[in-house]
Amino acid sequence: MIVEAGHYALVLAFALSLVLAVVPMWGAAARDPALMAVARPAAFAMLVMVALSYGALTWAYVGSDFSVMNVVQNSHSMKPLAYKISGVWANHEGSMLLWVLILALFAGLVAARGGRMPARLLSNVLAVQGAVAAAFLLFILTTSNPFARVAPAPFEGDGLNPILQDPGLAIHPPLLYLGYVGFSIAFSFAVGALIEGRIDAVWARFVRPWTLTAWCFLTLGIAMGSYWAYYELGWGGWWFWDPVENASLMPWLAGTALLHSTVVMEKRDALKVWTMLLSILAFSLSLIGTFLVRSGVLTSVHSFASDPARGVFILAILVVFIGGALTLFAWRAPVLRQGGVFAPVSREGALVLNNLLLATACATVFVGTLYPLALEAVTGWWSPDNPSKISVGAPFFNATFLPLAFPLMLAIPFGQSLAWKRGDLLGVAQRLAFAIAVGVVVAIVILALTVGGPVLAPVGVGLGVYLILGSATEIATRAWRRGAGLGVMLRRAAGLPRSAWGTALSHAGVGVTVIGIAATAWGVESIVTLQPGQSTRLGDYTVTLEAVTPRNGPDYRETVARLRVTRDGQSLGVLEPGKRVMVGRSMPTSEAGLMTLGLGQVYASVGEIEPNAAGLRLYWKPMVLLIWLGAVVMALGGGLSLLDRRARIGAPAPARAAVPAPAE
Amino acid sequence: MTRKQRRLTVIGAALAVIGVAAGLVLFAMRDTIVFFYGPSEIAAKGVQPGTRLRIGGLVKEGTLQRGPDQTVRFEVTDTAKDVPVRYRGLLPDLFREGQGVVAEGVLEADGVFKADSVLAKHDEKYMPREVADALKKQGVWQHAPEKTGATPASAQK
Repeated sequence: MIVEAGHYALVLAFALSLVLAVVPMWGAAARDPALMAVARPAAFAMLVMVALSYGALTWAYVGSDFSVMNVVQNSHSMKPLAYKISGVWANHEGSMLLWVLILALFAGLVAARGGRMPARLLSNVLAVQGAVAAAFLLFILTTSNPFARVAPAPFEGDGLNPILQDPGLAIHPPLLYLGYVGFSIAFSFAVGALIEGRIDAVWARFVRPWTLTAWCFLTLGIAMGSYWAYYELGWGGWWFWDPVENASLMPWLAGTALLHSTVVMEKRDALKVWTMLLSILAFSLSLIGTFLVRSGVLTSVHSFASDPARGVFILAILVVFIGGALTLFAWRAPVLRQGGVFAPVSREGALVLNNLLLATACATVFVGTLYPLALEAVTGWWSPDNPSKISVGAPFFNATFLPLAFPLMLAIPFGQSLAWKRGDLLGVAQRLAFAIAVGVVVAIVILALTVGGPVLAPVGVGLGVYLILGSATEIATRAWRRGAGLGVMLRRAAGLPRSAWGTALSHAGVGVTVIGIAATAWGVESIVTLQPGQSTRLGDYTVTLEAVTPRNGPDYRETVARLRVTRDGQSLGVLEPGKRVMVGRSMPTSEAGLMTLGLGQVYASVGEIEPNAAGLRLYWKPMVLLIWLGAVVMALGGGLSLLDRRARIGAPAPARAAVPAPAE
Repeated sequence: MTRKQRRLTVIGAALAVIGVAAGLVLFAMRDTIVFFYGPSEIAAKGVQPGTRLRIGGLVKEGTLQRGPDQTVRFEVTDTAKDVPVRYRGLLPDLFREGQGVVAEGVLEADGVFKADSVLAKHDEKYMPREVADALKKQGVWQHAPEKTGATPASAQK
């Protein structure tokens, strides 16, 4: 009964999304306040209905209702409760429902906070959001119904794909979706404003917090996905340039560019046309990502099922929204008035450079990801029996993406230190001299200490140090005053706007990640077969196989290799990588064993297990945690910026604002 | 600086960056792209030794040999032709004789394919599409048997 109610709520949500898509936009065009007033209640009602529907599916999972097809295929009565709940989005139907839930959530949030927005803009924005929701709700209802029943109901479910049963899975998709789908707000704002034909700095102020929110979640989501792949897939890699990963990286790159161009638009009323285009592109790339992952054109852990009807439907959504938005853009963009003027060497100029490099890097990833698909489609059409199949892997992306990322990183500290309108490059270089010098010295010293080792790694570490110190320099410069004591300067630093701290923190986070990536070059890998009692060297560590033992978990059986890690005779602990067989499954999965030592990790996975020996793949990964810590720092910086008073436009000034803000 | 000059600067910079990127892409396309072939195609196309490629097919029954330190040898077959493969490392969990496999590596002068990565099915349900395609091409593709206890008769798609 509750399952049918959930299905019904989904149908109601679709009806409401249609109302939301049509009525307010009509109202905005006709300047009819009564019709425009429909927008907010409709957005709330849609959110409530989608949430009810989602709750009903979760209820079916928690209660292991095996009369629901989706539950049968993806759950098992013995599954721990947390995985029953996260299992809801570990399959195609449920994850699309989560997608729409988050879309509706953002519509609801915009409606809730939109009281101070111009009525016509709010109506148009919510209407566009409603149209996107309508398309995806129709997609779920017609091709991916999560509430389909099965009769007779089986006694037990199939269980979840074992590699999806993991805490990482519980967090990764919701975070990623909050990011992906969060860009829909920027898209709706851009399309809404283009329809209305009024785009100014105020628009940028409204849209920036939403973009920033989406960006923070996407950053965390990608980092989480990367860490999950690292420890779950047993290959020890943290980024594979897999098309599915690229599908999340492209919106991130476009979103990062958007974040920066919106700043220029807000502060200087410039780059309007470009910002509109980026807003459309960021969400378009999210849609393309959804298409790539969900249509089955790519096969990976993410493509739960491939049904051509679904692919065609999402492709149609893609064409309508991306094509429609770009057409509208082409039609309206020439109307936009040019904004403030700036010299090439200025904060604006640096941000244009940032956008240029990010957009180009994004384009190279796009080409590398889609070229194999396009080539196969074209040659398959040419000669159906023998399409050309190629794979574009890490070497391509390393050769194209990294040369574009490098100058971007070099430019970051300069960009954040340059003045608006007209900057003083020499002055900034003098201020950054310390950061530059330390970065160079670090690179040279490491290079000298590791002669014959990797060459690019020391350069990478130097770059990371320069980025972190560059951010510190920016804060120090703004807090510094001639003749002032340390206490005064610390108070001045604390009094800097939160957005200044947020910017510095995020940019330092980039540096942290860069150091982590560079350090992977000093990793040690060893592939050995050990018998119990035997040891092997791994960098500075010694790994000893103590025993190979079977063990039982709540819903799995596993064979574990007990590995003791020692350094200079001192035991550091035990690693327990294993092979796991879930209840109801026949095939084993590998579980990696991880030991964190400082910022590095010892990583072990087992291959072939014989009665008296275990095949092992061992890695020592120095500073590897910095890769993800850096991403967390970036997101924290974004969060800090969000707390800035300026992000909450029109908020009544708190009493503390009476304290004079430090002059800049 | 006039508005026109400013615009020219931006356009010039944009063209420079895009030009560099296009150059990088074209350069990388020539060197880093890897083609996917089945054993019959390797024989038919006369692939030069030293070329990097991906091959796919079935692991031929009775050909898997394990050597010391995780070295393995096996043959990849599409039932018409076979290619011997050498690999050092951990094989995927679902690597089995008679099952589909994709290997990436270099074809050496003696006709042995030296693989540096080997992919098999992710689990019972999922198989790399290239494996499935290679098998379909040779007509040895079978759908995985339905595992659900009850037949999903009333499931509406």
